[in-house]
Amino acid sequence: MSVTSIPTSHQVQNPAHRRSGWLLAPAALWMGAFFFLPLLVVLAISFASRGTYGGVEWTFSLANYLNLVDPLYLKIFLRSLVLASLATVFCLLLGFPLAYHMARLPARWQWAWIVLIMIPFWTNFLVRTYAWMFILRTEGLMNQALLSMGLIDTPIEILYTEGAVLIGLVYGYLPFMVLPLYAALARLDYSVVEAAWDLYATAWARFWRVILPLAKPGVIAGCLLVFIPSLGAFITPDILGGGKTMMVGNLIQHEYLVVRDWPFGSAISFVLMGAVLLSAVLYLKMGRDGAEW
Amino acid sequence: MRTNMGWWRVHRVGLGRLVVACLLVLVACNPGSDRDPKKNPPSDTQSARRDPIILHYFTWSDYVEPSLLEPFERQYGVKVVVDTFGSNEELLAKLQSGATGYDVAVPSDFMVAIMAREGLLSELDLEKIPNVRFLTDRLQRLPVDPEHRYSIPYLWGTVGIGYNSEVIPAPPQSWAILWDPRYKGRISMLNDQREVLGVALLTIGQSINAKDPEVLERAKSKLLRQKPLVKTYTSETYDQLLVSGEVALAHGWGGTVARAMAERPAVKYVVPKEGGTIWSDCLVVLNSSRHKELAMRLINFLMDPVVAARTTEHLLFASANREANALVKESVRSNPAVYPPEAVLDRLEWMADVGEAIRLYDRAWTELKMK
Amino acid sequence: MRKVQVMSDRRTWLLSASLANLVFLYLPIAVLMVFSFNDSRLSARWEGFTLQWYRALATDDTLMAAVHNSLLVAGISTVIATLLGVGAAVGLERIPPWGRRLVEGAVVLPLVVPEIMMGVALMLFFVLAQVPLSLTTVTIGHAALNLPVVAVIVRARLRKLDPKLEEAARDLGATAWQAFRRVTLPLLWPAILGAVLLSLTLSLDDFIVTFFTAGPGSTTLPLKVYSMVKTGVSPVINALSAVLVLISMVLIALSLALQRKAD
Repeated sequence: MSVTSIPTSHQVQNPAHRRSGWLLAPAALWMGAFFFLPLLVVLAISFASRGTYGGVEWTFSLANYLNLVDPLYLKIFLRSLVLASLATVFCLLLGFPLAYHMARLPARWQWAWIVLIMIPFWTNFLVRTYAWMFILRTEGLMNQALLSMGLIDTPIEILYTEGAVLIGLVYGYLPFMVLPLYAALARLDYSVVEAAWDLYATAWARFWRVILPLAKPGVIAGCLLVFIPSLGAFITPDILGGGKTMMVGNLIQHEYLVVRDWPFGSAISFVLMGAVLLSAVLYLKMGRDGAEW
Repeated sequence: MRTNMGWWRVHRVGLGRLVVACLLVLVACNPGSDRDPKKNPPSDTQSARRDPIILHYFTWSDYVEPSLLEPFERQYGVKVVVDTFGSNEELLAKLQSGATGYDVAVPSDFMVAIMAREGLLSELDLEKIPNVRFLTDRLQRLPVDPEHRYSIPYLWGTVGIGYNSEVIPAPPQSWAILWDPRYKGRISMLNDQREVLGVALLTIGQSINAKDPEVLERAKSKLLRQKPLVKTYTSETYDQLLVSGEVALAHGWGGTVARAMAERPAVKYVVPKEGGTIWSDCLVVLNSSRHKELAMRLINFLMDPVVAARTTEHLLFASANREANALVKESVRSNPAVYPPEAVLDRLEWMADVGEAIRLYDRAWTELKMK
Repeated sequence: MRKVQVMSDRRTWLLSASLANLVFLYLPIAVLMVFSFNDSRLSARWEGFTLQWYRALATDDTLMAAVHNSLLVAGISTVIATLLGVGAAVGLERIPPWGRRLVEGAVVLPLVVPEIMMGVALMLFFVLAQVPLSLTTVTIGHAALNLPVVAVIVRARLRKLDPKLEEAARDLGATAWQAFRRVTLPLLWPAILGAVLLSLTLSLDDFIVTFFTAGPGSTTLPLKVYSMVKTGVSPVINALSAVLVLISMVLIALSLALQRKAD
């Protein structure tokens, strides 16, 4: 390469940059075809009507969205919101001490605890949900243990109730809360906390006004990672709810694979997506509004 | 940092090759198909090939018994892969949502008409299914498909109540027992909209094929009142629930309850006085099948008297094949859950396609499940 | 003195809370594993030791086929997701800022959309396009699911890199591709590997999208477990769970060992 052809950085940037922008293209095509296009299909179908035995009749109708404004369906949305929120709260309550404890350990021990949290995380979700089915049955371990210890007289019927679904949700998504929390808390500068102690702040004040605001990004991330999947949960209420505790995910599956009302199911799906996006935006806004709560 | 780059640099190619090798191995080893000598011996029919055909058989979860299909697999050098469903609606929904590729399915009688109308079924060539001549009189010329253009009845039976005679010593006389608050939390119902609504309709003195919106509304209200008493809606686990004692009353199909009886003799079966459903599940060939001739041979195989007799003995559902019924063991023949007596048969009703009214059933079922 | 006392009280409380959490996380898994050896089909009372459920597991053809399908789908979809995802991450940096925000949002959107929506959308899409459901459609779905995951992870790492490194390489005469391959890519490699592992895990574990895009004969492991669970409690599922947990432990140990070496 001769001296005169050494390119200036200005010349290097433009053609190279323009060329490598195309690296995005295959991914864009794939997502366009297999994500955005299907979503548009769902949107289109949500404005269509259903054939007698299922399938789609392409006559425009707003009926699907209008029919959603019915106490029956609103109740399901409400139940899903409540269960998802409760699951998030419980995960936070359980997960925060654990994450804080992990963050304060010496580095060697931190690794051990991370591994211990990861193992359930990497285990099949269905299997973990089935475990609770096994434990909470009338003939299951929990009742056997309580009966044999004489703490109860008759078995507790908790399987196939909302309680079981809540337990399943908390259990399934706890690692999703602990890990981001831990990541945020590990980056905390504890001298700030100690300074607060030196200034005679009570334990509660130290927690509420120092630790929690500093860990906020982790809290937001953890809450998002628990709330959103819980809202659209399907497996947990299906297995632990016994066909009696239905959440939005079950309703959607019911409309598609039992009742075969695709347009209506599509409308419900879009409303769910709207709810999820709204929650995500709200959470993120909360995270961005400074350190004050 | 340097070690980092160095390690990956050196091992990157090796790792890449390892991954590719693993993928190739995976693609090459397809378990259970043509490598197993037991399943694919040098066959004596001309349909034996190096690459065995796979037939997809879509059937009720109660009807799975692998040993029954092995002689067929051996004779034709094919592999039969079984998928299951728990209700007719689930079958229809799966087929409508793009699960084409099934060869043989087993819808109930009334669903055959619907599937035929939706263009899902392939016409049968009865010359390939000579065993059709063995059908019992009752099941020949079913109103739904008298010429057997699309379907061959396979198994038939009743829907009733499986109950724990230790908890309920006297056989229940009426479906109303499922509304009895004494058994709160110990009742299970089928997860099948036509069957459950049918029971409610019977208790208000209506036909299980009612189309009147007002009648259906009443049935639905009755079911909503029952819901707090019901432990779960299931079409697959009620035999287990009866055996373990978690449930004292189970709405279920006769054969499944018979299997529970075999495990726990205290379990008994009854069809209440208001009557119930008589059903016949039929073998059909799907239009999307790529092996229609082989599919018909599978149907013929399943209708062979010896095979059918063994099927009944294993699954505890009565066969549509009258020769087979003669071959079945006495202990099974005398089981009223499997072979209902004439007196019971008289008060049973065939489920029928309700046409447009199906939307009312769909709505009622959704409301019941969601409330 | 008081500070130390308070600190150690706190530590005890935290430790017990953390241990309680750990027990909560592991008890169900432990219970499953213990009862997979129980000589009783339904009861939760210990009735004797047996290996019959493991034997049943080993002889279950459909289960082996499901495992095979799962591995195949995970492998292929991860390859696709990684190639496209890395490309997306790198390409994103080169887009002018006005387009970047939009594309960033588009890349992250699939991570926020509920999985059931994606499953249903893909199912409808394939039905209308008259594409029969099969392992191919499942793989397509998984690749679409994991592509954003890979892109986000790799991009996060990419942004932390010093852009001057690649510039320096190009100033020294390397082409853009050479600079990328010899400077950026090795630096990105740990993130890419992490993304690959995560994508494999997510694919192997996926249920909802698979449920809606699987056709006859394309049963994966989670689907098989689901149909087993729907037929009721069975110790065979317990045995399967035990095996899966052990595999998870082995995989984590492996990935940690790899990471440690890289550090």
